[in-house]
Amino acid sequence: MAETPAAASPTPVLADDIAAYLRRRARWSPLEIAFWIFAFASIWLFPDKYLILKDTAILALFALSLDLILGYAGIISLGQAAFFGVAGYFSGLVAKYGLINEPVIALVCSGLVAAAFGFVTSFLVLRGSDLTRLMVTLGVSLMLGEVANRYANITGGADGLQGVDIAPVLGRWSFDLYGHNGYVYCLIVLFVCFVIARRIVYSPFGLSLRSVKGNPLRAAAIGIPVKWRLVAIYTIAAGFAGIAGALLTQTTAFCSLDVFSLERSADLLLVLIIGGTGYLYGGLIGAVIYKFLQDWIATLTPQYWQFWIGLVLVVIVLVGRERVEGAIAAARGFLARLGDRLWTRIRPRSAALGGATDGR
Amino acid sequence: MPILETIGLEKRFGGILAAANVNLSVEKGARHALIGPNGAGKTTVINLLTGVLKPTAGRIMLEGRDITDAAPHQRVRLGMARTFQINQLFLDLTPLESIGLVISERLGTGADWWRVVGSMSAVTGEIVEIVERFRLADVMHERTATLPYGKQRLLEIALAFACRPHVLLLDEPAAGVPEAERHELLATIEALPAEVTVLLIEHDMDLVFSFADRISVLVNGALFVDGAPEDVARDPRVKAVYLGEELDA
Repeated sequence: MAETPAAASPTPVLADDIAAYLRRRARWSPLEIAFWIFAFASIWLFPDKYLILKDTAILALFALSLDLILGYAGIISLGQAAFFGVAGYFSGLVAKYGLINEPVIALVCSGLVAAAFGFVTSFLVLRGSDLTRLMVTLGVSLMLGEVANRYANITGGADGLQGVDIAPVLGRWSFDLYGHNGYVYCLIVLFVCFVIARRIVYSPFGLSLRSVKGNPLRAAAIGIPVKWRLVAIYTIAAGFAGIAGALLTQTTAFCSLDVFSLERSADLLLVLIIGGTGYLYGGLIGAVIYKFLQDWIATLTPQYWQFWIGLVLVVIVLVGRERVEGAIAAARGFLARLGDRLWTRIRPRSAALGGATDGR
Repeated sequence: MPILETIGLEKRFGGILAAANVNLSVEKGARHALIGPNGAGKTTVINLLTGVLKPTAGRIMLEGRDITDAAPHQRVRLGMARTFQINQLFLDLTPLESIGLVISERLGTGADWWRVVGSMSAVTGEIVEIVERFRLADVMHERTATLPYGKQRLLEIALAFACRPHVLLLDEPAAGVPEAERHELLATIEALPAEVTVLLIEHDMDLVFSFADRISVLVNGALFVDGAPEDVARDPRVKAVYLGEELDA
């Protein structure tokens, strides 16, 4: 993209400053790049953990979908499982009956079906307060769960959808027993979806969502059609949740009623409480911590792991993530000062400079 | 033809008549002030004009077009923007982001979900102009929530101005601004371009009489007096009802 500098403006310095700031704003930070390098390195680093890694990637994508509406548009939901489940069954059925054999195409179609369903139900969510939204979204996913249960001839009911046979991805990579290909597939899909989500939140549309979240009254007063922006992001997020659901079905070759369960939606809120909202990585980091914490505690006390998960959550909420982040920032500052001090010992000539910065 | 006109505008809240048969007429390019004692219905009229409230009866015409049934965001696109008596800002965004957002909405790129904010130089140039006009350059990278009140008040107007309105409604722009920051605010309001029609709602009589070239007085939801500032200042009924009360307060 060619950018013409605003040289004609009265104050080129200010214009350049603003242009540079706006460009910098959306740039990938080194921390982000490191995050994704590590994520992809996990394929080689942890070959014995593919199954939990795959579940983590799916949960992360699912949490990303909730973060899009909760963190960026302020819509709280206990019903993301509705879209997860609709797409989960859709991808299972098209594979079972051989309607769409190629998994990637089926995945995209499942996402679109979930998005269409999200669009239709978004109008229910526009009205009312947080509590109303919690109840409406929860209600929708519970109703779908019952519908899936009722039409057992199609969905397999309580036994789950059996006989799903997933073709190799792009006709080449089949899902093996060790989960290697499954994990790589999920990770790539997660990455692609993340890049799209990142693009969305840094776009003018994403900025307008944050303004709607911050002050809907003013957003309307500067010409933003608040309602349609919320419909749009709810629809997009439903599509993401759908892709996560389809991934689960495709990688397990199975789909059961619990895709619609309340627990699945509630887990998402826990993941975002752990990871934080409104910066996109919350869902990803939260999913990693949640899954591995769950795995680790479950090996220590297989019966009572939920107790410890609960305790961790209570502590996180009571202490507050801000304070944890504050402690990390303080530790970083301490290390920096320590570094400065060592530096001034090693290089006595810069002592005056070090003293001056210490004194601020 | 007046740029903004109300015809028999009425708003009822249950048994209370907050606006009664208001026939307000604002000429193009005017500096029009709407004044009145507390509870006279000034903010109700603003909320009716901008579409926050629906009138019980009457019509609103903007540049000859009936906008009575238009949604608030549509009125902005038709050329009318407002500020709020109590700041309504995006506290988590910086002034730069807020202004950039308004501009991109106006240029119709607000629904663009793929391009990065500010990748168009037209937006950058306009941000510069507005940031300078409203003296926000030195704080443009700070979170709005942390700005001094006077700067927040300037941003409040800057956001409405960035909509490039033909009619700008200022709802008590100087309310609560400390003396030290007042001058900057008033100078900025004075310097608004002449082609923008301004409808000012204000309690501060010094500001009203130094700024307005036409004044409408609202009492108990009805237009009481309407005229040039000298005439309004001389009008004995206005003195009795409004200025007198102001002195007693």
